Amino acid sequence: MAIRKVLGIETEFGILIRGAADSNPIAASSVLINAYVNDLTRTAASPGTPKVGWDFEDESPGNDARGFAPEGTMAPEIETHLVNAVLTNGARYYVDHAHPELSTPECADPRTTVVYDRAAEKILQRSMTAANRTLPPGQEIVVYKNNSDRKGNSYGCHENYLMDRAVPFGRVVAHVMPHFITRQIYCGAGKVGSEASGVPIDEVPFQLSQRADFFEEEVGLETTLKRPIVNTRDEPHADAQKYRRLHVIVGDANLSEVATFLKLGTTALVLSMIEDEFLPREFVFTAPVQTLRRVSYDLSLRRPLELVDGSTVTALEVQWELFDRAKKYGEEVGYECVGGDEQGREIVRYWESVLTGLEMDPLTLASQLDWVAKYRLIDGYRERHGLAWDDAKLAAMDLQYHDLRADKGLAGRVGLEQLCTDAEIDFAISEPPADTRAYFRGKCLQRWGDEIVAANWDSLVFDIGGDPLRRVPMMEPMRGTKAHVGRLIDECSSAAELLERLGS
Amino acid sequence: MAEREQKKKPAPQKQDEVVEEAPAASETGEKIKAELDDLLDEIDEVLEVNAEEFVKSYVQKGGQ
Repeated sequence: MAIRKVLGIETEFGILIRGAADSNPIAASSVLINAYVNDLTRTAASPGTPKVGWDFEDESPGNDARGFAPEGTMAPEIETHLVNAVLTNGARYYVDHAHPELSTPECADPRTTVVYDRAAEKILQRSMTAANRTLPPGQEIVVYKNNSDRKGNSYGCHENYLMDRAVPFGRVVAHVMPHFITRQIYCGAGKVGSEASGVPIDEVPFQLSQRADFFEEEVGLETTLKRPIVNTRDEPHADAQKYRRLHVIVGDANLSEVATFLKLGTTALVLSMIEDEFLPREFVFTAPVQTLRRVSYDLSLRRPLELVDGSTVTALEVQWELFDRAKKYGEEVGYECVGGDEQGREIVRYWESVLTGLEMDPLTLASQLDWVAKYRLIDGYRERHGLAWDDAKLAAMDLQYHDLRADKGLAGRVGLEQLCTDAEIDFAISEPPADTRAYFRGKCLQRWGDEIVAANWDSLVFDIGGDPLRRVPMMEPMRGTKAHVGRLIDECSSAAELLERLGS
Repeated sequence: MAEREQKKKPAPQKQDEVVEEAPAASETGEKIKAELDDLLDEIDEVLEVNAEEFVKSYVQKGGQ
């Protein structure tokens, strides 16, 4: 049986200081995050103090899921000296590679993850407001939820899925590759032009994905150079005997909730079907890296893609087949792996409706998919003003689609369908999900933030004075939930009492 | 504004062109077009004033 797909999203945001002669992105990111954290500690309304540092004890991003690291591979480095906060909703908020990055807490289903992804946007918005109060007049920090600066520099939006360690990694790669190559047709965030060398704008005036231009390998460990479609980082942040964490680097950051929900939901289902050996057919592309781009460059969605057996298939056909299997999977096995039948059916319903829309007329999906919303807006503007595709106004609109300022961001104005309520999103800014170990992390930070010296995904370190530091391991992502520890935490009047009752 | 009258087909092509537009469908089409016009009017006020300068200044360090 497939295991529950505990999941989360980590987003690196684009950042600018406007009005400053010299804009240092690392300094700006630090100002942004510190301003948010300081603001929280200042306002009594927000529970807890999130001034807890990250614990790097168990970080090992250089481990390779294939069990070896090819020669010449550069293992990712850990930047331990930069701002690194843990929030009371269980998220991590930090500076990474000259970008502010926010990792959602572990969530037990795709829909909850959408709520926390939206809460992340709100956290960045509040951070901008707080930071801008500290800047000289005329200066402003602006954050963008996108993946490229249109000049060849890319930054990621990664997804993480808990998987069963027993499943051979080769099988994961074989089946997840065609999904990653073709899911762009509904989870792409769209981009004017191409950043790949030798691809002129008249050849690719608009493409489905932000990221496709930046992938050069099929499988590998790297994330910043020679990016691979399937990333092999083997760092489960959980019991490594039982679990692996599939670290997905190929996706775009989405503004549309429907696109995020589908990105997470379809991928969680495909991974569950891989674990349960429910996917009979392997689509093996002759040239996966080129095919990834070909799909992104083809707005007709009908370009034939070559398979090694000599036949061809379209991106839509691959997605229809995966959809059919996922529907059957629900009927035969059920959707426990993605949070239950109700949610599983919801994923499949949206999946079917966007594939149908893409087949009939993609423009009907302008309120659901980012690339369609962006294309419709920019192409409409282009026609109205008689502009060429290489006009700077269109490139500016492309960037501004992702502007997180409420009064400036274009995504907020195109009428995107909402799946989550504002109340849910507001709650998720400071409260952890109830049904993963993030609950324990978040609640302990709220109650005893001053006595927690460090936190990371799989442990909390307490300093209750006198004694040596006490580490509480959390190696099971589905333990430490409200059902497990809610009463215990409520009943304890101090961190010392909690530790005593936990027996650690 | 003259270009608005001669809209070209959007890039995502419909595969079959045989379906005749029923009155209801063309009404929907008109509605969609009107909505887009309204949206374009609305965003005109928030668009970056100096697009060229903005695009040029938007430089990021590569990340993951």
